[in-house]
Amino acid sequence: MAHEENGHDHDHDHSHAEIGQTERPGYYDNLETVVRELLVSKGYFGPDEIRRQIEVLDSRTPALGAMVVARAWADDAFRKRLLDDGRAACEELGITFYDQTGLIVLENTDKVHNLIVCTLCSCYPRPVLGLPPDWYKLKPYRARAVSEPRKVLAEFGTIIPDDVEIRVSDSTAMVRFLVLPKRPEGTEDFDEVQLAAIVTRDTMIGVVEASKDIRRGE
Amino acid sequence: MQDNIAETKPLAPKAVPALGETAVYAKGEAVRILDRTPIGHYRVPLYLRGKHGVIESVIEPTGLNNEEEGYGRNAGSKLHYYRVAIPMTEIWPGYTGSPRDGLRIEIFETWLERN
Repeated sequence: MAHEENGHDHDHDHSHAEIGQTERPGYYDNLETVVRELLVSKGYFGPDEIRRQIEVLDSRTPALGAMVVARAWADDAFRKRLLDDGRAACEELGITFYDQTGLIVLENTDKVHNLIVCTLCSCYPRPVLGLPPDWYKLKPYRARAVSEPRKVLAEFGTIIPDDVEIRVSDSTAMVRFLVLPKRPEGTEDFDEVQLAAIVTRDTMIGVVEASKDIRRGE
Repeated sequence: MQDNIAETKPLAPKAVPALGETAVYAKGEAVRILDRTPIGHYRVPLYLRGKHGVIESVIEPTGLNNEEEGYGRNAGSKLHYYRVAIPMTEIWPGYTGSPRDGLRIEIFETWLERN
């Protein structure tokens, strides 16, 4: 691609399209701005609190959830505590629940495959996984995960045999869900760090199964 | 989640619980999700209203009613949420997966009735 209009003419693979807001803000953009400015002007919170909360959210990534899963795979007593009270077990590992939600951990077995969704909007175990992927928040996933979960899973490359029960958990209120994937075969010699490296975000949503040949990118 | 968790703990012999403090529904009970259309903020998806299910577990401790909290009313309204199991075939008559497939959702006490 030549880009002489941008002051150079060499071929390369990046776009010179300007990143900018070219359209007028929409109704909800304006609503968010107005409500935020109103709350700040009334003294409910200030820019520092907003910045701090963004930092909290940015600090939460699937690496935390992977650490939890790896510990559960490696330590059966921890696994039991995690299934008994997901939030308390995560707190043992130093993961705080800043948003007052509970956590139920759903264990995948040879008989049950769990999948999580929020049909109302985007409830997600943010304290342990961070922000949800865009597809999780879009209507096709939200509608189809509860009506044709096997087809959705197949599109992720996950084929669940008919004799395995699919359980879809729709999170809508106080509790969030985290899937504890099955520990893959061939990982008997892995230590916790190696185990955590194969636990991807999607395995903890339940759209794919864990594999010893997949590594989570960091 | 293990089957033996989230059971309501037994009360001491002479202790009287406050109204709303103990769970109205028990694990294994057949329930129906109410088919209401209130005005305002609500958390029960339309596709499950009027559907029949079974209490899989009582979620402890009690929680705020999100629908009240949405308007800033968050004092004294704690009741139990229940994890309700509903077969996919109950929700979608033409469901094509395994008949054992199911949905799980947490429903606030005010949205349930005995089946």
